[in-house]
Amino acid sequence: MPLAYEGTDLLTTAEMAQFVAQGFLSFESVVPEEINEAAIAEFAPTGVFDLLRAKPDSGAPLAQIYPDPSPIGAMLRLPRVQGIIESLVGLDAVYDHDWVHVRAPHDTVDQHLHQDAIIDLTRAFDIQMFWYPRAVETHSGGTGFIPGSHLRKVNEFEIARYQNFCGQKDFVGPAGSLVVFHQGMWHRGRANHTDDERWAYKIRLNPTTPQVRRWNLEDYDAVHGTPSDHIFATYDPATAANMFRTPEPWFEAAASRLETVNRARLWRYLTGDQAFDADWYLTRTGGRERIDGTVG
Amino acid sequence: MSTRQQVLFLYLATSAMDTPVIAWSSYDGAGDGPTPPVVSDPTPPYATGVDALRDGWRLIQASAMHRALPGHERDVDFLLHEFIFERLVG
Repeated sequence: MPLAYEGTDLLTTAEMAQFVAQGFLSFESVVPEEINEAAIAEFAPTGVFDLLRAKPDSGAPLAQIYPDPSPIGAMLRLPRVQGIIESLVGLDAVYDHDWVHVRAPHDTVDQHLHQDAIIDLTRAFDIQMFWYPRAVETHSGGTGFIPGSHLRKVNEFEIARYQNFCGQKDFVGPAGSLVVFHQGMWHRGRANHTDDERWAYKIRLNPTTPQVRRWNLEDYDAVHGTPSDHIFATYDPATAANMFRTPEPWFEAAASRLETVNRARLWRYLTGDQAFDADWYLTRTGGRERIDGTVG
Repeated sequence: MSTRQQVLFLYLATSAMDTPVIAWSSYDGAGDGPTPPVVSDPTPPYATGVDALRDGWRLIQASAMHRALPGHERDVDFLLHEFIFERLVG
């Protein structure tokens, strides 16, 4: 069966490492205008009452949902979108759910910060892809999120008390843009202070097979680096390890090192390289654990 | 009008109050604006917890420091260094 994408539609190793470090990737103007407008026309009759829109069954194979003619299907089958999905969860992923999010003009309520679904224990992860069929300007309700929050183990709205973070972002971009979140990303719907409706379509996809090295590997060796990449010894600033040791502005000083370790663990899963390390933390403790049997 | 309470949550980079604010929340018992009062381009209201004290906020609670649960020593979840302040307004 011919592939639905070219190699250049896949994510690069550098992009995958960035996703591991920050929990999101954004892509401007991926979806053509005719598909964007067809989507608005399809979403408008149900609007905020998206439960009334016809949807696939949870667990349906990605390849079988929204057959033609469908603007959602047309978006999902764009070669670039197929390449993004293949890189992160594989085209053998299944549909979890989707939702059309509409923010009415002058809806000044900010949603409380939350993770979706429930607290997650697995290293394998779902993606949540947001499609903005209309341009999103500043203060017009672009999805708010906290870069680097995706590996924090919290349960849905337990984090609602947190309002503002150094380094928080709100999506802003042209029509047809996509943002892909790791399932754990802390996020919220933002107030819309403009005269225009803000439209977003979100789809959650579950992987069915290991998410190991599905992306474009042309830059793999250069970005993956070596386990000895250690900021206090020798290091290469162009490697994944450097992305993983880079703190978000809101990381606590000590937790920042745990974030580095958790990013390295996720990279080990995605690459299948159980010797990968950033700043020697896992190698150092792993060596001692093998000596005395401690599991930490 | 009776006395009202304003509450400020500051989340600091360490357990020391003279370290940077990394996140914050506020609830204003004297105001009538929408909640939560989220801002789009956030600048912390104070650089550190001590700066809030020096501006008249009263500390009413600080996070306790707990040992990590066995088996979860490297987990990350909630912000660890929460300092809660109040200010009473007439």
